[in-house]
Amino acid sequence: MTSTTHRPRGERSRAASAGLHTALIIASAVALFPVLFVVFVSLRGRDGWQEPTRFVGFSVDNYTHILGETKFLTWFGNSVIVALGATVLGVLVAATAGYAVSRMRFPGHRPLMWTFLVVQMFPMAVLIVPLYNLLGQLELLDSYAGLIVTYCSVSVPFCAWMLKGYFDTIPAEIDEAGRVDGLTPFGTFWRLILPLARPGLAVTAFYSFITAWGEVAFASQFMSSEEHYTPVSYTHRCV
Amino acid sequence: MATVVTRVRRSFGTHWYAWAMVLPVVVVLGVLVGYPLGRGVYLSFTDANEANVGRTIGVNHIPSTYRFVGLDNYWKVLSGQEGHFYSRLTWTVVWTASCVVLHYAIGLGLALLLNRKMRFRTLYRVLLVLPWAVPAFVATFSWRLMFNEKYGVLNSFLTTLGLDPVDWLGDSFLQKVSAVAVNVWLGVPFMMVAILGGLQAIPAELHEAAEMDGASPWQRFRHVTLPGLRSVSGTVILLGVIWTFNMFQVVYLLIGAGASSESEILVTYSYRLAFQGIRDYAGSATYGILILSLLLVFAVFYRRTLARQEASR
Repeated sequence: MTSTTHRPRGERSRAASAGLHTALIIASAVALFPVLFVVFVSLRGRDGWQEPTRFVGFSVDNYTHILGETKFLTWFGNSVIVALGATVLGVLVAATAGYAVSRMRFPGHRPLMWTFLVVQMFPMAVLIVPLYNLLGQLELLDSYAGLIVTYCSVSVPFCAWMLKGYFDTIPAEIDEAGRVDGLTPFGTFWRLILPLARPGLAVTAFYSFITAWGEVAFASQFMSSEEHYTPVSYTHRCV
Repeated sequence: MATVVTRVRRSFGTHWYAWAMVLPVVVVLGVLVGYPLGRGVYLSFTDANEANVGRTIGVNHIPSTYRFVGLDNYWKVLSGQEGHFYSRLTWTVVWTASCVVLHYAIGLGLALLLNRKMRFRTLYRVLLVLPWAVPAFVATFSWRLMFNEKYGVLNSFLTTLGLDPVDWLGDSFLQKVSAVAVNVWLGVPFMMVAILGGLQAIPAELHEAAEMDGASPWQRFRHVTLPGLRSVSGTVILLGVIWTFNMFQVVYLLIGAGASSESEILVTYSYRLAFQGIRDYAGSATYGILILSLLLVFAVFYRRTLARQEASR
């Protein structure tokens, strides 16, 4: 007991270390299992999923089928284009808005933050029909641009909130120094603050990318021609 | 009149930079969310359904014949005549509460574990964030395979252990448990990352000072860590509630269109109204607006409570 009380801060007993690692290993296993399971099933040929605990009958049939007999590579390209487009556009738009809200006290900045929150509250599932009609009128159905803009509107509110919090942690003196040296407000933002906010930008970019990459409902409703499927929307059609 | 104009002009002069920077967001959200939202509000005051909305068949355009019915839809839903609202609402609230509590508790636990110096920390972090990178749709699909009554891997484990297989997705209680499990699996990484960020922002000196004063680990957790996490927690719990309340994909895809089941939440029900059977656009919009209003009321209360706590400290 005495040895534990005199231990310097930050060091653990052997038992505590073992407990820590056990807990993390179990948690990682739970996190990993469903993903590995999908990989496992995908390697078991067409009917392998019916015998999930047997380690026989491995084949790459499913992969040759997908790569050879469907337009997988085109669809993969679609996902890349749409997700990257949504990420770049979304992060840029969210960053300018987040910066403005973080640094400038302009009329309307509080309602704006509330709008960001409210936008997340309206069930997107219910927005599909009106959005479909709207995109139809704007002639953006079945196009990359339509889907990119839609995904932006999904991810931007959260990104702007995150980035505002991030910009708040960057001292305002840096802006002032930039202004004294003759930069415009936009120049300060672009040359000084954005480079400093790189970690925050990375997190929001990751978030936007994942949101766009894995989205099903909009992709399968809006992209009707086969060249415009994404891998995920194709999977949706298969199930 | 003249003073108003000058005031507007002066305000524009000082704030035009700020407004120019928020303009893109406002335009995108205004068009893509504002318009559908406005249309939703409008539809909820009508009796629009598949039979009476305007549509074009070939070259013939059939004009809309739906009428304005005022608050009729809301009355029907809220007075219980329509018959599904309160049961769905109860389950949605239980669903949201259990998911968010589990998200937060597990996320906090894992973040505390990861916020220490140890070997393989980066590896653990990557593995634990992984579920976040899996599209909800693919994850749900994978879980559906695992929950499968006849061929699922979970039941295989149970039979190996000599237990009876369980019909995970058949019985409505088990459906609910399964849905919560999947959603918790999906949502924990986000909480963990956010809380970990919050933990790292707590100055180490605070912990050292508390330790000098003889605080036990529990006391340090209670009086240093938790207060330090307050602002992060406030935000992620609010977002968590909103996202879980509207978590369409997991519930819809896991339990499937195996419809009319008790385990449906408000969002999936409202989606089904608009897309299955005789498409009831007005009813679906009414549900959408009600969901929005409920969340809005919750958010206002929540923020106010947080602000009051902050003030009383």
